[in-house]
Amino acid sequence: MIKAKPKPIGEIINDIKGFEKVLIAGCNGCVTVCEAGGVKEVEILAAALRMYFTKEGMRKEIDETSLTRQCDKEYLQELQDRMDGYDAVVSLACGVGVQFLAEMYTAKPVFPGVDTCFMGVTEEQGHWTERCQGCGQCILSTTGGICPIARCAKRMLNGPCGGSENGKCEISILVGRDVPCGWHLIFERLKTLGQLDRFRYPSDDKDWTLSRDGGPREIIKEDSRQ
Amino acid sequence: MRLNYPANLRIIKVPCSGRVASIHLLKSLEEGADGVLVAGCLEGDCHYQSGNLRAKKRVAYVRRILEDIGIEPDRVVMYNLSAGMGPRFAEIAREMTEKIRELGPVPRAGASAGRPAERVPAGSHNVEEVAA
Repeated sequence: MIKAKPKPIGEIINDIKGFEKVLIAGCNGCVTVCEAGGVKEVEILAAALRMYFTKEGMRKEIDETSLTRQCDKEYLQELQDRMDGYDAVVSLACGVGVQFLAEMYTAKPVFPGVDTCFMGVTEEQGHWTERCQGCGQCILSTTGGICPIARCAKRMLNGPCGGSENGKCEISILVGRDVPCGWHLIFERLKTLGQLDRFRYPSDDKDWTLSRDGGPREIIKEDSRQ
Repeated sequence: MRLNYPANLRIIKVPCSGRVASIHLLKSLEEGADGVLVAGCLEGDCHYQSGNLRAKKRVAYVRRILEDIGIEPDRVVMYNLSAGMGPRFAEIAREMTEKIRELGPVPRAGASAGRPAERVPAGSHNVEEVAA
């Protein structure tokens, strides 16, 4: 799922201080799982903002809502009747939801309430890590189910670089935490699977136009289209 | 024991301090309380293993939020004490009430301006207590 983290409250305050009626819109999808933008986070942010503006003597009306998802039009449409009553919206959805909301309500300023980070997993409650970069051409079948695009800092395709030491990536020094070398993980996994001969043959060239190098992407599934 | 503690303390009973969510603490402050005291069991003595440790983290989180919005974090505190520590409870209740009285009320819509101590007569500040 998509992982995000709440923006600093100061940043949100700065965005909305010029508006009187503001809607805080959460998303019950991915950002609820990573505790960044679900019903609970909407309540907390709205309460904090109301207290801040009251303290500052600024008259604001800050309302709360949370949609099933913000990446589908039918759920965004639920706001249609209420939207005229607000001067701005803070969306706690991921960047996708923020943009789709802004596209649907073009006359309404929409501000992001979270920093969208990556597609990842829940290691344990409160700890999320990256697993996929959506490169558009999955090569997990040749890498023991561990993605070198997401888990190697250099996105190497044929084994580790010289910066791999004791199973750790050299980027660990830069980011201040132990980052496993993706290719070390792949090697160990392929060894377990008895597939080390994979290293005898170089990978095929990767078509990066299917990733971000090809610009914004789209998927069309004709049999599903209406 | 017939111990006295300040009458402006409103006790909200919860089965475990782990039941206390961040929003409960913030809503209390937003809707009338000038301080919230979370009274959890002694660390290591939680009947549900880690409820009081969860509460501790939530209190710390709410204190950070309060700091971010310019409201004194000391309005939300947590103490750990057992059911057999009645005198200590009364003492904490008095300490907390005193501390909140010094801080004054949380600014609310419609409140008159001025120094916190001048706004509300001494003794009328509300302290909300969450006891587990």
